[in-house]
Amino acid sequence: MRRTKNIIICGTGGQGILMASEVLCSAAWRSGFDVKKSEVHGMAQRGGSVSSHVRFGEKVNSVLVEKGAADVILALEKMESLRWVSYLAPHGKLITCDVKIEPMTVNTGSAVYPDVEKIMDEMNIPNLMLPVREIAKELGNNRVVNIILLGAASKHLPEISEENWFQAVEERVPPKALEVNLEAFRRGRAL
Amino acid sequence: MRKKLNEVDSGKLFLSGNEAIARGAWEKGVHFASSYPGTPSTEIMETIGEEYPEIDAQWAPNEKVGVEVIAGASFAGARVLSTMKHVGLNVAADPFFTLSYIGATGGIVIVSADDPGMHSSQNEQDNRLLGRAAKVVILEPSDSQEAKDFTALGYDISEEFDTPVLLRITTRICHSKSLVEAGPRMEVPVKGYTKDIAKRVPIPANARKMHSRVEARLKAIEEWGYSSPLNRIEMGDKSIGIITSGISYQYVKEVYPEASVLKLGLTNPLPWKLIGEFIDQVDSVMFVEEGEPYLEERIRSRFLVDGTGSELISVEGELNPELVRAGIKNGEELPLTFTGVELPGRPPALCPGCPHRGAFHILSKMKASSTGDIGCYTLGLMPPYNALETVVCMGASIGVLSGIEKAVGRSDMPKLVSAIGESTFVHSGITGLIDMVYNGSTGTVMIMDNSLTAMTGGQENPTTGKNLRGEPAPVLDLEKMVLACGVKYVRVVDPHDLPEMRRAFEEEFAREELSVIITRRPCIMQYKPKRITVAVHHPDKCVHCKLCVKLGCPAISWDAEKRIPVINETLCWPNCNLCVQVCPKDALSKDLEGVV
Ligand code: SF4
Ligand code: SF4
Repeated sequence: MRRTKNIIICGTGGQGILMASEVLCSAAWRSGFDVKKSEVHGMAQRGGSVSSHVRFGEKVNSVLVEKGAADVILALEKMESLRWVSYLAPHGKLITCDVKIEPMTVNTGSAVYPDVEKIMDEMNIPNLMLPVREIAKELGNNRVVNIILLGAASKHLPEISEENWFQAVEERVPPKALEVNLEAFRRGRAL
Repeated sequence: MRKKLNEVDSGKLFLSGNEAIARGAWEKGVHFASSYPGTPSTEIMETIGEEYPEIDAQWAPNEKVGVEVIAGASFAGARVLSTMKHVGLNVAADPFFTLSYIGATGGIVIVSADDPGMHSSQNEQDNRLLGRAAKVVILEPSDSQEAKDFTALGYDISEEFDTPVLLRITTRICHSKSLVEAGPRMEVPVKGYTKDIAKRVPIPANARKMHSRVEARLKAIEEWGYSSPLNRIEMGDKSIGIITSGISYQYVKEVYPEASVLKLGLTNPLPWKLIGEFIDQVDSVMFVEEGEPYLEERIRSRFLVDGTGSELISVEGELNPELVRAGIKNGEELPLTFTGVELPGRPPALCPGCPHRGAFHILSKMKASSTGDIGCYTLGLMPPYNALETVVCMGASIGVLSGIEKAVGRSDMPKLVSAIGESTFVHSGITGLIDMVYNGSTGTVMIMDNSLTAMTGGQENPTTGKNLRGEPAPVLDLEKMVLACGVKYVRVVDPHDLPEMRRAFEEEFAREELSVIITRRPCIMQYKPKRITVAVHHPDKCVHCKLCVKLGCPAISWDAEKRIPVINETLCWPNCNLCVQVCPKDALSKDLEGVV
């Protein structure tokens, strides 16, 4: 692989973004790559926007993805996908879902939640808007949205083998929730 | 089951900078650590607490005490560590500066985690300036491997040259993960305490000699730095030579791999000879550093360099590869496929069920407000509460409240209380309260006791009854503490009992004497629910007044079409019923039950 791969996972506090990026890093590392990831703790966790940058390749320097360079943007909340859209590379994939979490500014009426689909159409942003709420419901667990989406993203990261993905999920997910997370990953990967 | 990290003694680990520092300390045989939590440094101590029982680690009530305790342990020959955020070093500055004169019997590494970009801080101070002023060694790692290696090497430097070492890291180092080579722990004996008054009592006669030793020490380390692995020249294209340190080095390598680079890991004392050799070999010099132009100013004061630096890369904010690319490549940008989109912000909010919500809700209803402090409750500033007006530093809410009264007088005093968490009160609010008593202030101090140092992710403190390792510890009795300071009126209120909360504020605002209200309810991170009860909305009773939404609870959103609130069942907190209390029409109840 000549180029370093750049992935941004984004969403809101409490959605399991850091867990998803841990799984991705572990899978990349198992595949023999140098890996770096960056995230910010603190204020961001109180329901604010959360993002994690992951980069893997032969040798990685910067932990941060540069604007215009992301191969994959994985957004666990649909409006948050737009916050990062300027990071998308020309060939990049924007993967998001039908999860909508209104920020406090919208709740209290000082802002309006945008029509995400319309903006994407108008700006011609190629995107995958995946129906993960339905899948999470079928799996009986709202907390696996992160892993369903990671499964969907995994198809766009062919450098990492299926086996390494599953081992990474096994390594990072608490044993109690392993079965449902493995199934979530499979369902995502099949999307 | 995952192995504890102290059972791993080889192979690669994927660690954050913070975890790598904990690892480095453990491998180097560190005996003792004492610190106060502070983003972005907190996980160093947490990692030690969870993974490395061989290190005796404890939370200090504040950074000053943390450094004093490690000073004592070092006097007795133990290898010691204290970690803090950048502003924590201000609190610890007094012992820190004198410890530089005294030196290190057991190796001393003090970690300052600076926060350029202010992800979670009130300023962007660059503690290389403080480290230089204190005349200690400064090390700046650029990734997790170096964070581990420099920590370990820091103990060698500290013991060989008899100096504290300041490991200066930044948010991006703390919270980025990369691969680290693991090694085993080396066991070193605690040397033991021997009396040495000339070394440890800086009365003027001794301190003058100490100062001479400090100057000689800096010279010796500078010489050592010339050939030390901490600094290196990476020769490339000689038309441009970039001088850099810390995380900035990684951005330089990313966007300009062909340039010649002088990477400095030791940034005080500076290796002047090496710097001179580098400057001689390149046509022009560029400085790339995050924060203050520390290297640039010092190097320019010694060498006439033809080059650029802080005029191209801002001293404000955090660096990233875009800024470094534009700075060193004349405004170059990667082509963007899409421009950014204007979106509603997603500011942080108090959690659903947060105990602080009740107090700020009532303050805001009463058109009252607060002088604020540092913690989750700083969010009382946000709408819908708008109930916090000042923040200075840890503990300052009390002094500021008192100062306003001193300036305008009791009769013109606005309706303000000081809002301070219990951990911050113990950290540095107590002396402010003593000042209020002593100097006759009449304001109301609200100690928001949620039994946890919450903002930094949930740490124990002297009021919680547990220590860093979660073992039982004596509980500091806040009421007795406040009474002992000389306050006559102390009351404890459950901030989720809204009528009682209102009564407390009304009565204390009316009282022409100093009083303390302790709002007591555990942080939601402290409460493990057995039973789920979720707020339920009954549309038939609703009068669409939106009072519930105005609580600012993230679990309540507003359906603009149906004009009713929507409760998010996953977010709604089991032992909260604030929305039920504020609804005037009983349109909200809390009777949907389930079992976790
Ligand atoms: S009870 Fe009401 S105010 Fe409390 S967490 Fe649930 S929705 Fe929010
Ligand atoms: S406070 Fe009660 S009546 Fe008012 S909008 Fe909310 S649920 Fe309806």
